[in-house]
Amino acid sequence: MNSSKIILSSEEVSKAITRIAHEILERNPNRTEQIALIGIRTGGAVLAKRFQDTLQVIAKREFPLGILDITLYRDDLSEVGPQPDVKETKIDFDVTGKIIILVDDVLYTGRTIRCALDAIIDFGRPECIQLAALIDRGHRELPIKPDFIGKNIPTSKSEEVYVKLREKDGKDEVIVASKDPV
Amino acid sequence: MTVQWTRKDLVGLQDLSAGEIELVLDTAKSLQEISLRPIKKVPTLRGRTVANLFFEPSTRTRISFELAEKRLSADTIHVAGSTSSTVKGETLIDTIRNIESLKVDMMVVRHSASGAPHRLARMSDVSVINAGDGINEHPTQALLDMFTIREKKGKLAGLKIAFVGDILHSRVARSNMWGLTRLGAKVIVCGPKTLLPPKVEAFGVEVTTDLKEAIQDADVINLLRIQSERQAQSYFPSIREYANSYQINSEVLKHAKPGLLIMHPGPVNRGIELSSDVMDGPYSVILDQVTNGLAVRMAVLYLLSGVRAKVEKE
Amino acid sequence: MDLLIKEVHVIDPKNKVDSVLDVSIRKGKIAELKKGLEANGSAIIQGKALHLLPGLIDLHVHFREPGFEQKETIVSGAHAALKGGVTAVVTMPNTNPPCDHQSVIDNIIRKAREVPLHIFPSGTISKERAGKELSEMADLKRAGIWAVSDDGNWVEDSLLMRRAMDYAAMLDLLVITHAEDHRLRASGVMNEGLMSTKLGLHGMPNACEDIAVLRDVELARLTGARLHVAHLSTKGALEIVRRAKKEGLAVTCEVTPHHFSLTDELLVHYDTNFKMHPPLRTEEDRAALIEGFRDGTVDAIATDHAPHTEEEKMQEFQDAPPGVIGLETSLAVSLTELYHKKVISLGELVKKMSWRPAEILKLPAGFGEIKVGKSASLALVDLNHEWVVQKEGFISKSKNSCFIGKKLKGRVLATVCDSKLWKWEK
Repeated sequence: MNSSKIILSSEEVSKAITRIAHEILERNPNRTEQIALIGIRTGGAVLAKRFQDTLQVIAKREFPLGILDITLYRDDLSEVGPQPDVKETKIDFDVTGKIIILVDDVLYTGRTIRCALDAIIDFGRPECIQLAALIDRGHRELPIKPDFIGKNIPTSKSEEVYVKLREKDGKDEVIVASKDPV
Repeated sequence: MTVQWTRKDLVGLQDLSAGEIELVLDTAKSLQEISLRPIKKVPTLRGRTVANLFFEPSTRTRISFELAEKRLSADTIHVAGSTSSTVKGETLIDTIRNIESLKVDMMVVRHSASGAPHRLARMSDVSVINAGDGINEHPTQALLDMFTIREKKGKLAGLKIAFVGDILHSRVARSNMWGLTRLGAKVIVCGPKTLLPPKVEAFGVEVTTDLKEAIQDADVINLLRIQSERQAQSYFPSIREYANSYQINSEVLKHAKPGLLIMHPGPVNRGIELSSDVMDGPYSVILDQVTNGLAVRMAVLYLLSGVRAKVEKE
Repeated sequence: MDLLIKEVHVIDPKNKVDSVLDVSIRKGKIAELKKGLEANGSAIIQGKALHLLPGLIDLHVHFREPGFEQKETIVSGAHAALKGGVTAVVTMPNTNPPCDHQSVIDNIIRKAREVPLHIFPSGTISKERAGKELSEMADLKRAGIWAVSDDGNWVEDSLLMRRAMDYAAMLDLLVITHAEDHRLRASGVMNEGLMSTKLGLHGMPNACEDIAVLRDVELARLTGARLHVAHLSTKGALEIVRRAKKEGLAVTCEVTPHHFSLTDELLVHYDTNFKMHPPLRTEEDRAALIEGFRDGTVDAIATDHAPHTEEEKMQEFQDAPPGVIGLETSLAVSLTELYHKKVISLGELVKKMSWRPAEILKLPAGFGEIKVGKSASLALVDLNHEWVVQKEGFISKSKNSCFIGKKLKGRVLATVCDSKLWKWEK
């Protein structure tokens, strides 16, 4: 068993989500009606739903929520090998004029976010897109900067960050572990 | 257990496992929404080139493939050749070699000779998608039929699916028989005995010449086009007699199962294999088939684009 | 050249020879056949552990000349034959022009004289092989034909066939039938059955052949002509021939190596090298043919050596011409499938490839046997040599073999035809 340590406990995950929800509303005063959430599959989609619930409680209004699968926008599809599974993208609202809160669990190289930005633009022209992530682990390969972050964690590339969420893993927890030696 | 797509080509459903068929259908399901977006395009196959080689006339299938390719951002070229010219002069293989030299990534091939795409697939490093070969297979049509049924019924296993008409000359029926039986559907084929392939029961399908038997309790009736030249070849005495015995109309559907689906790969001979009122009626999902064809063909293009022939390293 | 083959196992079923002997060949004739012969200036071939067979006789080959020299010529065909241990062949008349006129036969015979192979041409039954009017069979016979056949065109008109067989009987010409009802075949390109349905190819049912064989057998009964059924491929046709023989009719038949060793299951890749007429049948038919070898219903093994160019065979399955080459592999396939698998004895096998064809054709003494004083036609064979058939190995002008890639046991090492010797590389 490789060394692994808990970075965020269940309680800390909840706190982070609540804090970010407040920050989203503070950042966008007087235009909460424009806010919509889009979560990146799979972790980001679960988190986006949490943000939606939390925002609704705080702001006492509904916020649209979409789910995005970025597979078709990946920049590594031309590499030889079986294609990754594509899951459904579901954005049932018009993104034009919206303030899109793009949600992912872990921000790393930034390539996934690039895919997501391209995809969202294909659905229309939002007023702006703001990025929220639970964890920023650094090592950016593209000029992408988050607007809302739960926790910055300096990691090495040999490490893996696991965001466990109640809805899919049974409990909330963020773990950093060293990768299995190849 | 997740199934991965590892085939370079899609030449038929004969070789596909249930898991592989389901992977195509699931992928198609995910791709369906692209056609509903304001910008109906994803960059997935950007920089890839797909050649559509139609050695036999086709409108529907060709348009469907072309649109599927464009929605995935592939570059497309079209070659419409007649089979006779390729027989007389340049062989099909030479035509393909020429196209390969243009560094094409995938070929969509329709040919009047059964097995033509299979031979190309074996000879070429390029991915080959069969868009209909002779009387053999039309895999993407069968996949879109299966997709449509699954959309409407939520499943395929256990459904009674009847094919009525010219089974002998139908590549659509053949591909469907391979695919549907693999996914556990109960398939029954029906037509005059002259138009039933020999030993077709070996596919694991039921065979009947009695329309009543075929459509009784059927969840789906998939009709096949009857061509008038079959009369001249003595497959049946007259179109009139054929229609009297095998036409699907509101009369024969009086006792139809609720939720019955009427399908047809098109083009339909209205008033021959299918009456107009049924074609335009509530059971008909013929236009859904056309819409779904797009997503299914996008799925096939996407899955195949990840697999290329392994280059021998010697 | 004079030759002495030492200590070779001689198999000559006609003369009941089955023992290790020395064989001396002088001036193209068998000079002596006994143990302990001296060379006396002859070249010596050591035959230890090898078998010496009478030169094989193939009743059914297409040498394509005149008209289709791009596929095969009399010269290239002759060399392919010799490589397979074959020293005599019957050429089919579907040339262009067809062998329906004595001038065409004259031409073939003149060319045949220049090659070291015995060529017995057949002529057509009808003019242009069109099934309408009789060919000038008497003239053709004088020119040198040994049999008549319309080859790929079965004579549909029963009256014309009756006349043809009456006429041929008068001339004592063998009538060879390529028995296939074309109307029933329709657009069929392979055997009709499960495989044709699976592959989406139009099939031709066994009945195409059975019907044609039955009619021709009945006409043989009516006319007394000698009928030879070419490349018999179905269980039903074999049964018809079996019955005809029991009834004492002058009916014989041949089976090709591909029909007794392969089935239509091999068509899965739409490889046109498995396309031929009659088509590869089912295992049930193949098993029946094997039984036909066991009980003697099958008289002869013939190749239906049918060369086609690579370009023609590159066409799609439905468009490619039917036919496969066979001369260079026939003995090896027969040894592998019939002798090594213990279907028939070596003597029986050799009989079906030499003595019996000579009888069917009524060839003069010396053909199909190894006899002192007669001209030397011999095949020196290693029964146990294993090899894999390779496309590059064929010397026929065409390479359309259905045995490419197949491992065979038994190989011709040298062929003697009259005064000439060919040694083949292993």
